[in-house]
Amino acid sequence: MHITDILVTGEPIIYGAMVSMALVGIALLFILTYFKKWKWLWSEWLTTVDHKKIGVMYILSALLMLFRGGVDAMMMRVQLAFPDLGFLNSQHYNEIFTTHGTIMIIFMAMPFLIGLMNIIVPLQIGARDFAFPYLNALSFWSFFFGMALFNISFVIGGSPDAGWTSYTPLSGAAMSPGPGQNFYLMGLQLSGIGTLATGINLMVTILKMRAPGMKLFHMPIFTWSTLVTCFIIVFAFPILTVALALLTIDRIFGAQFFTLTGEGLPMMWANLFWMWGHPEVYIVILPAFGIFSEVIATFAKKRLFGYNVMVWSMIVIALLSFLVWVHHFFTMGAGAFVNSVFSVSTMLIAVPTGVKIFNWLATLYKSKIEFTVPMLWSLAFIPSFILGGVTGVMLGMAAADYQFHNSYFLIAHFHYVLIAGTVFACFAGLVFWYPKMFGHKMNERLGKWAFWLFFFGFHVCFFPQYFLGLDGMPRRLFITNVAEWLPLNVISTVGAFGMGLGFIVFVYNVYYSFRYSARETTGDSWNGNGRTLEWATTTPVPYYNFATVPYVDEIDPYIRMKEEGKTTFEEDKVKPIHMPSYTGQPFIMMAFLGLASFGLVFEWMYVAVFGLIGAVFMMIRRSFDYDDGYYVPVEEIKRTEKKARGL
Amino acid sequence: MAAEELKTGPLEYRTQEGQMGIMGFWIFLGAEVVLFATLFATYAVLFGRTADAPLPSELFEPGIVLVMTFLLLTSSFTCGLAIHEMRRGSVKGLILWMVITLALGLGFLGFEIYEFVHYAHEGATIQSSAFWSAFFILAGTHGLHVTLGIGWAILLLIQIKQRGLTNVTSRKFFIISLYWHFLDVIWIFIFTSVYLIGMVI
Amino acid sequence: MADSKKRVPMNHVIGFILSLVMTLVAAWAAIQSDLPVTWVIIGIMILALLQAGVQLFMFMHVTEASSGNGHVPWNMMFHGFALAGIIVAGSLFVMSFGHDHGDTGEHQQHEQQESEDHSGH
Repeated sequence: MHITDILVTGEPIIYGAMVSMALVGIALLFILTYFKKWKWLWSEWLTTVDHKKIGVMYILSALLMLFRGGVDAMMMRVQLAFPDLGFLNSQHYNEIFTTHGTIMIIFMAMPFLIGLMNIIVPLQIGARDFAFPYLNALSFWSFFFGMALFNISFVIGGSPDAGWTSYTPLSGAAMSPGPGQNFYLMGLQLSGIGTLATGINLMVTILKMRAPGMKLFHMPIFTWSTLVTCFIIVFAFPILTVALALLTIDRIFGAQFFTLTGEGLPMMWANLFWMWGHPEVYIVILPAFGIFSEVIATFAKKRLFGYNVMVWSMIVIALLSFLVWVHHFFTMGAGAFVNSVFSVSTMLIAVPTGVKIFNWLATLYKSKIEFTVPMLWSLAFIPSFILGGVTGVMLGMAAADYQFHNSYFLIAHFHYVLIAGTVFACFAGLVFWYPKMFGHKMNERLGKWAFWLFFFGFHVCFFPQYFLGLDGMPRRLFITNVAEWLPLNVISTVGAFGMGLGFIVFVYNVYYSFRYSARETTGDSWNGNGRTLEWATTTPVPYYNFATVPYVDEIDPYIRMKEEGKTTFEEDKVKPIHMPSYTGQPFIMMAFLGLASFGLVFEWMYVAVFGLIGAVFMMIRRSFDYDDGYYVPVEEIKRTEKKARGL
Repeated sequence: MAAEELKTGPLEYRTQEGQMGIMGFWIFLGAEVVLFATLFATYAVLFGRTADAPLPSELFEPGIVLVMTFLLLTSSFTCGLAIHEMRRGSVKGLILWMVITLALGLGFLGFEIYEFVHYAHEGATIQSSAFWSAFFILAGTHGLHVTLGIGWAILLLIQIKQRGLTNVTSRKFFIISLYWHFLDVIWIFIFTSVYLIGMVI
Repeated sequence: MADSKKRVPMNHVIGFILSLVMTLVAAWAAIQSDLPVTWVIIGIMILALLQAGVQLFMFMHVTEASSGNGHVPWNMMFHGFALAGIIVAGSLFVMSFGHDHGDTGEHQQHEQQESEDHSGH
């Protein structure tokens, strides 16, 4: 086999991408070698089991993927605004909308939120780390290698091109031969393992490692949203695992699950995919609700209105999320009864969601709002998300859906919920907890520029798409030179570039703040408005998180602690702290599994078997590994705390 | 991570780590229920889609399947006895009953492999029709779980020889016992909804 | 655990015998009996659920208080099985397309009417 057989050839844009990737890669190697950072990279990051560092790596990867998915989006928008330019050909367009969707959901939204959960949840409940720190590292590396595998597809072998939903029979072996779809299947499978493990890990952490006295209904609302999300992850991800495995077996081993021969049933894929897919959208929206609730309560300087109702509405949303999947394929041709059942259950979800909206408004009512950057994102979320939610109810009406289905109306709807919900929350959460992670705030002025650019860009980009949809423009269409569509498409493209500009300002702000922002001196970064335990630690957070864990018997415990002058360092109560040791095993184990997946993509069975044997060997090693971690001595804790607190 | 250790109760529950490991595994089993449910759903939907391949009622043999079921049921019972011995503090009893469990598991696997080979000879393979794809993947996933369980248990038997009964080793054995009983639960449903219903219809 | 002192754990033995008996009854119902097919299917599925209960409660200690894990194991199993029901029944319901339940003339009439409606447009 010759190298040109597996490299993608003949596309100027992809050649450009290859060259720039090679240059960035060489630059990274050079920097690491020149500044002698290899050892640092290995011993501080690749082998870490610290939930805070793993969280940072998740967020960095997610930002990288936001960039990649964003570039895909820009390219699509250019093509749609200038359909006669010949910027993309049809095959390339298919690949780009596929990777855009997959990356944004699986490799951007989820890791971004999981990264925030990683860093914040243990701090909010007063835990030293995750329940299973080793497993946490394993989760990250499985996500990382899944992401890497998916992303190399556009230079090696060719990207998947059957849409992010990968519907059969199009995505089957007969109609999509070659490695493209295999990249999709194996990349998602590998990262899905990590997601499931994170779900279990966080659930146990929240259920077993809360501060003494903290009942479930004392937990901060973000932690609650995480718990509910993990519940959905644990019960939804195995469905995806099976669906992906079945399609892989179809493609590689010639089974007949979703084929047109052998009495296979292609629509069964849609059924399985959305049985996971619908809960998945709640996996990415519930943590967002949690973040907005925290931010709104903090900057309205009031206790969250209707805390219990907020929690229960999340639980109801989680349960309903498993009962609505058919609304994604109302047009499959099922009878009126089937569609009606799912139409009703879909509309039911609007009820608990509406309850949450009113509770946020009630929290804001008669409060002294402080318009910080995270608060701006949160306030912008409410009206924008309602636009997305209301059009969602329209889509939920099965009869009307025959009109809306697969039109730009749908595109506009889910971008309104996913961007105004999830992406706004990611930005809000990152800016809000940034000082906890890095010891300094992000610049407010630049942050506001980024916000307004992104906010206006978003509405300019997606609001016209509702009307494009009503005018009959279908999704996934590459030639759109219909006269009535053109003006709105151009406007939409302008908006998309506004969002891109906002993202650039945001990233520049990361650099700018690193250089010029004042370093934090207290842990309570937002003018002393912190309400929950994560603000009670010093900044930057010591690796053991809490010198002494306070007793908690109410919501927002840090407010009382501040009134009573209590801290998380009560010198006479300090005891040695048990910590897990760093290890390179998760990285190596997942690298082997990544290799096995890569082998399966190209159906090189000897590579796959070799990778699998390596991974099994690493698991056996792990089984015999009785490393019990180490204890941080009292003296070291006291020294660290005194220095950080200036005592 | 609490360093405190309870003085009473089963060894595997005495430390925070032990409790957390076991809780994590229960949550994992919840995920496994859904995993198998998805395979059952696929099987149920694709039932009857045999194309040109033989019908299940022509191939399924009640005798072999009943033997397999009894093997697995008995192994689940002996696995329970192993944990009972472990809680009585008897390493010897634990090892004895665990080895019997594994032997029964191997017997089960042997019959399953024979069964699959036999079906393949009769013209029912994973490629021959949607129904047979679903059958082989459902039963095969269970069989793969049994295989992994046997390998895992062997690793644990080596460890108990090396280290004796501690909080950690007893937690590990308790967890694998949960896994083994759980595989029996799944098999009961395969036995009922695949083989028995397959023979009725 | 008072039980762990005993040489022979009676609840394990009872559970084992129960599951053997239930397996035999189910096999008999499916292979030997002349009961109507629907009743056989319902009956053996109930027996399977009971057997799963035997495993969970008598062998797997799903409600053991000393585990320190409260209701979590029970909860995960309950929701897992509830969801399993949704997945299996839901898939059958959806993938039937709602066209093949009820084989009476009423249904056919209804379809006929529908196709007339379509041709009217």
